[in-house]
Amino acid sequence: MEKGKGIMGSGRRWAVHFSDNSTAPSSRDIPDPPGFARASVDQDDSTVSRQKKDAESNWKSQKAWEVAQAPFKNLLMMGFMMWMAGNTVHLFSIGITFSALWQPISALQGVGKVFEPYKDNKVDLLGPKLLFIALNLGGLALGVWKLNTLGLLPTHASDWVSSLPPAQEVEYSGGGIPL
Amino acid sequence: MAIRSFLILFILFFFSSLNPILSLYEDQVGLVDWHQQYLGKVKQAVFHTHKTGRKRVVVSTEENVVALLDLRQGEIFWRHVLGSNDVIDGIDIALGKYVITLSSGGSILRAWNLPDGQMVWESSLRGPKHSKSLLLVPTNLKIEKDNIVIIFSNGRLNAVSCIDGEVLWEKDFEGESLEVQQVIQPPGSNLIYVVGFASSSLFEMYQINALNGELLKHESAAFSGGFLGEVSPVFSETVVALDSTGLILLTVSFQNGISFQQTPISNLVKDSFGPAKIIPSSVTGIFAIKMNAVTIVIRVTDENKLEVVEKTNHETSISDALPVSEGQQAFALVQRAGPEIHLRVKLAHNWDDNLLKESVKMDQHRGLVHKIYINNYIRTDKSYGFRALIVMEDHSLLLLQQGEIVWSREDGLASIIDVTTSELPVERDGVSVAKVEHNLFEWLKGHMLKLKGTLMLASPQDIAAIQSMRLKNSEKSKMTRDHNGFRKLLIVLTRAGKLFALHTGDGHIVWSYLLQSLQKSKVCQHPIGLNLYKWQVPHHHAMDENPSVLVIGKCGPSSDAPGALSFVDTYTGKELSSLSLVHSVAQVIPLPYTDSTEQRLHLLIDADKHAHLYPKTPEAISIFERELSNIYWYSVEDDNGIIKGHALRGKCTGEVADEVCFDTRELWSIVFPSESEKIIATVTRKLNEVVHTQAKVIADQEVMYKYISRNLLFVATVALKGSGEIGSVTPEESWLVAYLIDTVTGRILHRVTHHGSQGPVHAVFSENWVVYHYFNLKAHRYEMSVIEIYDQSRADNKDVWKLVLGKHNLTSPISLYSRPDVITKSQSYFFTHSVKTIAVTSTTKGITSKQLLIGTIGDQVLALDKRFLDPRRTVNPTQAEKEEGIIPLTDSLPIIPQSYVTHALRVEGLRGIITVPAKLESTTLVFAHGVDLFFTQLAPSRTYDSLTDDFNYALLLITIVALVAAISLTWTLSERKELQENWR
Repeated sequence: MEKGKGIMGSGRRWAVHFSDNSTAPSSRDIPDPPGFARASVDQDDSTVSRQKKDAESNWKSQKAWEVAQAPFKNLLMMGFMMWMAGNTVHLFSIGITFSALWQPISALQGVGKVFEPYKDNKVDLLGPKLLFIALNLGGLALGVWKLNTLGLLPTHASDWVSSLPPAQEVEYSGGGIPL
Repeated sequence: MAIRSFLILFILFFFSSLNPILSLYEDQVGLVDWHQQYLGKVKQAVFHTHKTGRKRVVVSTEENVVALLDLRQGEIFWRHVLGSNDVIDGIDIALGKYVITLSSGGSILRAWNLPDGQMVWESSLRGPKHSKSLLLVPTNLKIEKDNIVIIFSNGRLNAVSCIDGEVLWEKDFEGESLEVQQVIQPPGSNLIYVVGFASSSLFEMYQINALNGELLKHESAAFSGGFLGEVSPVFSETVVALDSTGLILLTVSFQNGISFQQTPISNLVKDSFGPAKIIPSSVTGIFAIKMNAVTIVIRVTDENKLEVVEKTNHETSISDALPVSEGQQAFALVQRAGPEIHLRVKLAHNWDDNLLKESVKMDQHRGLVHKIYINNYIRTDKSYGFRALIVMEDHSLLLLQQGEIVWSREDGLASIIDVTTSELPVERDGVSVAKVEHNLFEWLKGHMLKLKGTLMLASPQDIAAIQSMRLKNSEKSKMTRDHNGFRKLLIVLTRAGKLFALHTGDGHIVWSYLLQSLQKSKVCQHPIGLNLYKWQVPHHHAMDENPSVLVIGKCGPSSDAPGALSFVDTYTGKELSSLSLVHSVAQVIPLPYTDSTEQRLHLLIDADKHAHLYPKTPEAISIFERELSNIYWYSVEDDNGIIKGHALRGKCTGEVADEVCFDTRELWSIVFPSESEKIIATVTRKLNEVVHTQAKVIADQEVMYKYISRNLLFVATVALKGSGEIGSVTPEESWLVAYLIDTVTGRILHRVTHHGSQGPVHAVFSENWVVYHYFNLKAHRYEMSVIEIYDQSRADNKDVWKLVLGKHNLTSPISLYSRPDVITKSQSYFFTHSVKTIAVTSTTKGITSKQLLIGTIGDQVLALDKRFLDPRRTVNPTQAEKEEGIIPLTDSLPIIPQSYVTHALRVEGLRGIITVPAKLESTTLVFAHGVDLFFTQLAPSRTYDSLTDDFNYALLLITIVALVAAISLTWTLSERKELQENWR
């Protein structure tokens, strides 16, 4: 680019315009090469771009749905892992559970980013987004459920009273066997 | 919350997977623990100084210890602690190789091999009646080449062979009222004189042939004045006695018939000081009498004339006679005068000349000289030198030689009455602090050695160096507070009325103070030290004040004897003030209130049931009056079998009008039927115990609420028949009843009967449980039972939302007058040992699990996890219960050899175990005392909150440095590579 600019800057000697947009074949002496159909270019610009865009947006929405469904596989995977981990508290099960909780949360935080490439005026991302969110929430729920089965959720009265100090007594009494 | 519950679960899981055994590696002995051996107040000492060999002395003490000490350093060669019911009556050395002890009221005679302390023989002596016990080892009396020992005990005279302890002959003295006072064996003769009084006015003399026990002569003579107290032999056929008024001295000669010679004391000394008392001495021709504070030394001339040789106001001690050359006897007199003690050694027949006269500087806090024993040696210039073993008022034992203290032993520490603790001063600029490490190089060297040790590269020398480094760590004996709260002062009160401060780091004595209020004085003839309380524990706003302790004593053993208070600063060891009370002290109740200078309010109840408040300040009175209606007290009258509860009523009325005196009224009483129940043990929770939580989470997330009350009393009663020795009753006649009583309302919360069981009961109360130890007659085994008490009325608090929002009344103050709804759980287990005392570990926040510390009959301290005494134990616990840490039920409690806290040591004569929380939650400090002292640190759930001492910081440091180096290296390398990539 810089080269071109430099040349252009030093003065143009000749130029070839490849973008010959003239539609009429008669405007040129040279006939169109065989097989060259000017008609295709002749088509309405807007139609072409619409078609293109349609295709693209179709593809985008398809992709978006795919992305939105991706957590489902994750969910199954997670479920399997959790089943494998068992219901006792140890390093493995805690690791699994926390990753099961962390993944949906981080995914939910990055919802905008995940669907960024598929952003389009024409594409309705609400559906995929909702599905994505729902699936991730499902994953989160799975994680929370696992946390609960491990007994790490404060859902019992015992979790709330376990460190309650003893109640003060109003009366005080002392004494014993005389010295 | 979630994190906390997770953490708790995690910790629970972590620890349930650990083995509960707490043991020590061999090289960890002495790192945090220390052990000190003592003897007690010396009662009798016998020197053993042959010309060759080591110089030694045999002592017997009031703690029933017989020991052989090295005369050079005062170290113990060997020591035997006889039981508390095996009181030593006399000791002596026979044949130059046996130590003979007479004990148990003259019924057991033992011979110990002198060099190594092994028992050679033992014989038991019986007799017709109880009497004085006297032991005599004549030097040159032989029966068929057999040296004999003469013993008078239980109304019978015995001659026992020195070789095998066989009784050669015996002679009973069954005279109805005969009280034998002295057995005299004149040296060089085969005669034994037994002198005594009969029916208070008859003087009796028996002359016995020492070779066969034949009665040669019996004479008796009446003296109308009667006799008082002891007799002192002055010559082999003359004794001195006092008449029943204590004003006339009698010289009794029984050489040719009994003749009395009366000498009124007023003839000897001008002014009379009241009734006299004879101080017996074995010195020929010399004896001493004591009248109040005046001591008079009297010489008996050949014509049985009495002659005062010395009269002094100083407390004087006279030694026994020491035979020196040519049949002469030497003896020593010792007196205290101000900061010095004066020692004089004289010959028995020559009062006017001193063989030796010395003044020795003596610490004021050792008090008066109580006893002296002398021994001679031949100096290089062939003259006689004397060494003196003296026993001081504070029960310490010292050896004096050539005007100097050669060594001293603090044997008062063998009889500790009470223990409390005090913090050390905070480290400030002004406070001198021992240097910890000399420099970085030393520090690195030390850690390199440790590293070598960890990597098993250390040579034996290195290992020895590491071990000595660990033991000599100067950090532990610093005189300032540490972060973990391991360094404290143990303040102990001994029977001698002396206060000691021991450093927990290595057990050295920081200061000692002989309390004047607990010394014999004109107003207080028999002072007794009772208890120690923390008087002032400064923290927060009163930081500049020094902490102080309150020492409570009383004059005499009666219940209405006036009390005495002393306040002692624990940093300086000086007495701040002392009070002689006009009222008696029956109970001391430390109240849970402090004034603005952090002085704790104490309530002293006298024998008339008046309450006296200390400190006597208006501020304290106003605090007290505000809380007056909530303060109660109870008294346990174990003789009558009554427990009474009292409330305070208001200021005293009547003749004792005092600002700090309060009247009390009786509220309730529990009367136990006198035939079927006798109170043998009561125990309450420790006042300073901290409980972390009121809830106990059990399997399946259920909650049980502990019934935690400061006002619970555990009482154990036994059937009157079963209150004797174990095995004296049949199982059908004996039972044991355990009660839990609320001491405010007098409500009996729980009562359980153990049929066929018997005392003694040892119990410990902590949080919401009590553990007690007794004997099961049916099973012929000792048993331990646990009772846990839970509050059922709180169990309905199950709504999580209410708990989340804090809409519950679980922590609001409660009154004991509200009707409690309690349930108890209990379980019993067999236990192999009989027990001397039980204590429980205590930590700062009460989170760490508890261990019972059991003082076994073998004088060791056994740590037993509380989990073994859990009433929820079942034979087959469910999975959830197992996770909770419940151990499958077994019929007996396991005794794991590794869990002896005292490891290979013994705390002879164990009497008490005290636990003090360190600042570090996992750790508790344990102090066991008896004749010996033992201190250690314990971590019942291991030190989960700190790194251990042998943690290798150098290794950690090296790893970190290596990692940082590796990171920076790889980073530069990757930078360079990236740059090269870019250039390509």
